[in-house]
Amino acid sequence: MSIWFSHHWHALVSALRKLTDAPITSLLNIVVIGVAFSLPTGAYILLENLQVFSGQVSGAPQLNLFLALDTDKNKIAELESRLTQHPQIASFQFIPKNVALQQLKKRDGLADIIDDLAQNPLPDAFIINVKDAAPESLESLHTEIQKWPEAGYVQFNSAWTRRLDALLKLGKLAALTLAFLLGFALVAITFNTVRLQILTRRDEIEISKLIGATNDFVRRPFLYFGTIQAAIGGITAWLITAFILHLISNELTSLAKLYTVDLRLHHLSSEDSAILLLSSACLGWFGAWLSVANCLWKTESRWFKDTKYTH
Amino acid sequence: MISFSGVYKRYLSGFEALKNINFTIEPAEMVFITGHSGAGKSTLLKLIAAIERPTTGSIVINGQNLAALNSNEISFLRRNLGLVFQDQKILFDRTVFDNVLLPLQINGFDFKTATERVYAALDKVGLLKNAKSRPITLSGSERQRLCVARAVVGRPSILIADEPTANLDTDYANDIINIFKSLHQVGITVLIATHNTGLLGNAQQRILALSHGELTL
Repeated sequence: MSIWFSHHWHALVSALRKLTDAPITSLLNIVVIGVAFSLPTGAYILLENLQVFSGQVSGAPQLNLFLALDTDKNKIAELESRLTQHPQIASFQFIPKNVALQQLKKRDGLADIIDDLAQNPLPDAFIINVKDAAPESLESLHTEIQKWPEAGYVQFNSAWTRRLDALLKLGKLAALTLAFLLGFALVAITFNTVRLQILTRRDEIEISKLIGATNDFVRRPFLYFGTIQAAIGGITAWLITAFILHLISNELTSLAKLYTVDLRLHHLSSEDSAILLLSSACLGWFGAWLSVANCLWKTESRWFKDTKYTH
Repeated sequence: MISFSGVYKRYLSGFEALKNINFTIEPAEMVFITGHSGAGKSTLLKLIAAIERPTTGSIVINGQNLAALNSNEISFLRRNLGLVFQDQKILFDRTVFDNVLLPLQINGFDFKTATERVYAALDKVGLLKNAKSRPITLSGSERQRLCVARAVVGRPSILIADEPTANLDTDYANDIINIFKSLHQVGITVLIATHNTGLLGNAQQRILALSHGELTL
């Protein structure tokens, strides 16, 4: 166990030395990784906040149930009882047709026209607040109520919620694709950085292998290097997005208030922050692993390139 | 113990470096491998260190058949071999101390023990005063002694030296050979490949002579 710790301690010190030996290069690499990772992170934060925002502006989704013109009071009472017991309905409000007509008369230019009407053309109606705002759930409730005999017409505007939902899904997919592409870039950056490190230490690697170093021994300092560099890059991405959020947060909140919306931008949750840090570290580790594997393969190939081993 | 049985080494170019090599070296033997340039001395030593593989035949080192070893096992085998390379393979960006320390770092020694061992090895080859020097400041003979110190610091059971006296004056060459003899006296198996037959003048040790890839002696 002490040998294991000794090897890891040696590798960690060696990796930190590599980072500090060329501080400007290390800093630039970390900034590149940070900027690359801040793009999908920023997109993700934007979408998360947009989702919260869309919930606020839509409020509780409503259905308008307009009853058939010949619906009598008994049927209305029966309907109220049915709506009260329905598991998907949070609350409802009955609007009698005469109240609806009075409300309509209050609108500019309509009073005279309505006064000329021989009878009230409006139906009784219920405004229904539902529990589940998911478009699929609203759709199924709409279909169910539409089949009730008292229902004349059931109205709800699902189009914009569907559009917003689709946009959010598309945005998340775009952010995921961006994260994947920039994750690949991070692997490439680490691969190349470690490759350059290897080039400057090729003699040391070859001599170490010749005097008994295992592949793990050779690989370990570079893996630490790639992991630490990428993890610091992940932290940089977090800081960049925090800084940008801080810059735009006040302006955006003021703008939202003009539309009577209480909008506050939130940064990554602690879980999402941990995922960002872990994923960047893992990608850095992977890039370094690929680079060293390539070097070890080349070293051993060079030793055995002229060998046609048959026994 | 080192055992070669029916070993051939043929490169892809068709050049046959070794032909039907058969010999056994007992523990604590000191053996000179001689022959003209291109006779196959270096190839033979590389086969022992598993730096190259035989085309056919079997090589057994300390009871381990090299053909059966995987990459990790070869690494562990090499830790039990002390290697002095023809081209020295010194790390010039490190001090003499750090060069000799490397095999002990690979073996996972703690720094205190490793330091004691490094100073003991440097003392053995007469480089104690140069411990903090850079190898670039050393003479040819001192560099060769640095390589010997690095080869023996891990206390290997077998020491392999490929042309350790190349480019050295006779006095310095004898110094190096005397170091090998003293190591042999403490029970290390020593194999030295050399084309310098002058070194063998008074040698009482066994000689394996190679000519065009074949053992002639």
